[in-house]
Amino acid sequence: MSKIRVSTTVNGDHAEFLCESTSSLLDVLRDTMGLTGSKEGCGSGDCGACTIMLDGEMVCSCLVLAPEAEGRTVATIEGVAEGSVLHPVQQKFLEHAALQCGFCTPGFIVAAKALLDRNPNPTEAEVRYWLAGNLCRCTGYDKIVRAVMAAAADLRQERTPA
Amino acid sequence: MNAPEQMKQFRHIGTRPIRPDGVDKVTGKALYSPDFKAPGMLWGAILRSPHPHARILSIDTKKAEALPGVKAVATGKDLPTLESLVMHVGEGASDIVDISHNCLALGKALYEGHAVAAVAATSPEIAREALGLIAVEYEELPFVLGLEEALAEGAPVLHDTVFTKGVDPKPDKPSNAAMRVEMGKGDVEGALASAAATVSGRYTLEPVHQGYIEPHACVASWNGDGQAQIWTSSQGHFAVRSLTASVLAIPQADIRVTPLEIGGGFGGKTTIYLEPVAMVLSKKSGRPVRLAMTREEVFRATGPAPGAVIDVRLGADADGALVAADVQFLYHSGAFTANDAGAGVSSAIGHYRIANTRVVGTEVLCNRPAAKAYRAPGAPQVNFAVESAMDELAGKLGIDPLDLRLKNAAAEGDPQTSGLPWGRIGYVECLEAAKAHPHWSAPLGAHQGRGVAGGYWGNYGGPSTVNVSVAEDGTITVATGSPDIGGSRASMAIMAAEVLDVPYEQVRAVVADTASIGVSMVTGGSRTTFATGMATVQAAEEVKRLLCERAARMWGVPADQVEWRSGAVACLAGEAQGQTLSAAAIAGRSFHSGGPIAAVAALSAQGWLPGFGVHICDTEVDPETGHVRIVRYTAVQDVGTAIHPDYVEGQIQGGAAQGIGWALNEAYIYGENGKLDNAGFLDYRMPVASDLPMIEAVMVEVPNPAHPYGVKGVGEVPIVPPLAAVANAIHAATGARLKDLPMAPDRVYAALHPQG
Repeated sequence: MSKIRVSTTVNGDHAEFLCESTSSLLDVLRDTMGLTGSKEGCGSGDCGACTIMLDGEMVCSCLVLAPEAEGRTVATIEGVAEGSVLHPVQQKFLEHAALQCGFCTPGFIVAAKALLDRNPNPTEAEVRYWLAGNLCRCTGYDKIVRAVMAAAADLRQERTPA
Repeated sequence: MNAPEQMKQFRHIGTRPIRPDGVDKVTGKALYSPDFKAPGMLWGAILRSPHPHARILSIDTKKAEALPGVKAVATGKDLPTLESLVMHVGEGASDIVDISHNCLALGKALYEGHAVAAVAATSPEIAREALGLIAVEYEELPFVLGLEEALAEGAPVLHDTVFTKGVDPKPDKPSNAAMRVEMGKGDVEGALASAAATVSGRYTLEPVHQGYIEPHACVASWNGDGQAQIWTSSQGHFAVRSLTASVLAIPQADIRVTPLEIGGGFGGKTTIYLEPVAMVLSKKSGRPVRLAMTREEVFRATGPAPGAVIDVRLGADADGALVAADVQFLYHSGAFTANDAGAGVSSAIGHYRIANTRVVGTEVLCNRPAAKAYRAPGAPQVNFAVESAMDELAGKLGIDPLDLRLKNAAAEGDPQTSGLPWGRIGYVECLEAAKAHPHWSAPLGAHQGRGVAGGYWGNYGGPSTVNVSVAEDGTITVATGSPDIGGSRASMAIMAAEVLDVPYEQVRAVVADTASIGVSMVTGGSRTTFATGMATVQAAEEVKRLLCERAARMWGVPADQVEWRSGAVACLAGEAQGQTLSAAAIAGRSFHSGGPIAAVAALSAQGWLPGFGVHICDTEVDPETGHVRIVRYTAVQDVGTAIHPDYVEGQIQGGAAQGIGWALNEAYIYGENGKLDNAGFLDYRMPVASDLPMIEAVMVEVPNPAHPYGVKGVGEVPIVPPLAAVANAIHAATGARLKDLPMAPDRVYAALHPQG
């Protein structure tokens, strides 16, 4: 079986790769392109650890076939910070200790950024429901929700108590 | 909230700096087990039994070996035959023969998902294809899943070598009762007969999974000269080394295990599943081999916490003083002898003063994956039964449930279940803090109820090694052998910075591999901040002493004429009196003053103390659907001293959330065919963000006098009280006493509508 050649854009850079017709985009990102920030927790779209943006839509990259990336725009956790400057969501995750093991963190950060990009002033309930597709087993979500609310306020240039 | 004896002022202890490994983890740079690759690496895959219990008559691997790209195939016969040896590496003990047979079955497959063969190939696709070419001839055997069924006369017996441990005389025939543990004192039956009020009940729980989001994975490379490397995440890379070496019967120093970042463990990564198999495949192929589990494999083949059947009887005087407790329980051991019953016995009723007690726990073998440690292993199950019964007793006596607990709560000097006296425990302080918390007296809405439960976990100390070294510019590196599963690098850096009185950022903490630091026990048993912290403090103190000694030599004064002051050495006598030398100034000259400055502390930490928690839960029960919503949750815990309060709160919040999941949703569900029906996150429903409210963590600080900064373990306690706290809240909301977990909507609805 010959491989499929795919031409795409990843984190702003043109990228080409060869893949099997059955490969997931997550497998190509991780194993072919070395972008291991997106994690595989389940491979069935239930945990959200592989969350990426595809043409601006939030998707589980384990549920996207790699050839579907042809001609589209992929954004992963590796592209969230601008160089060494962290995005406010990343910074607030650190300041609020919103991670323990950190394995689910990339998926949460991509998802939270997607929320704040479309809703700069979410309620706690909106944050909780938006992030309901991302599993975290360590934190009980408390500090994650607080970090996202604080990042939203930061992006709106308001101050919130810790 | 601080207890009165917490008077000491600290510079760093109790602050909330950003963890040193944080940026890597929010940017996707951190390398976890499934992220690691070695040059020339092969991809492995494991063939698993489709039957819950079957004799393996033959395994034909010829076709798989002939598939182009396949470089090695392994079965249980490739692992050496071992003598029984009980090894203490994690939370409890395991026989190395059982661990070996769990890695690759020999003779029999004992549960659906049990590994029976493995391959290594040049691509994951070829490895998976090769699995389909392995022909295993099975003779299906009768299987048993239930606790009482497994003990019944005529039940299929899993191992003909298991004769119930803890029974005298030794039974004359093998059975599925692997182990029996009993503790007690006084006249339980007499005291129950004369008690003013008694309650009794049978409580049941299903096995639940730890639910770490990172599946197990490793890469192993074993050379022809016998030396090997393993890259993996675990709760203890020294345990990975000793267990793998023991399974393979090779010297431990021939294996170097490099710890990768760990994506959650909760006790479930204190053992090994893949490493010996990857090693054998590597030796056969001459190349590094990677093995990684899918989520489905994690559910089917790695250790859940045991389910249970628990019978409880409590008796009290009219004024609420407990007079007797009888607790008898069965825990699922799964396919091999587990160890939760002992901890269950010692965690059942020791938080109360009771004159007449009997606690009996039995480990029961059955055709399920081998039970493994899960956060306070063995405690939440029995606590659910006891704390539900306490709630019922409070109702019967007409006493406030917190007052009933306060009246009976154990304090320092009271006997534990074992008879030994409790040390400086903080259960009373937690109960008082819960009673004083605004949550306890807040008004409730329609269909809402409030429950409370208390519980504890023994915690642990044990072996840790830490190396504190000073760089030439005076900055400090703390290397430990303890995997950082939730912020321990930050807490080690805080403790070392506190000892040396230097800025937090001047100290960097790392987790070193097995060849670079001495032996350290697993990050488990809530021991790391306590034990590894104690070693960090000891090594940092020695570094401080060395810096003083060097400074004295540089000034030409006796060592007792210098003093450590504000992160530098001050000279108290001679020409240099009044001068100071910083760590940078001393270290910069260290090559000429006696050599590099470093200190190792290798110790077995003693004096650990148990942690106690009291949880308050408000539920709202929908009478139309039986759905239970957690409206408000407060978790009070004696944490000793919080080194980094954010991560202490995080442990409390995460443990509470896991307990809520256990109470309301989570359970292993088996079909009639003995196969797991919900081996995925869609059907095994763990709490998501929209299922939970904020979880308020209230830290009570009753310092541990045996630790330089008062640390008690905090990680495990918070999963103990939630099960009963939720059940008691549902009772308060509805009047229905649910005794079977999970309290899913169908069960709650049935309890509310007994007529159907």
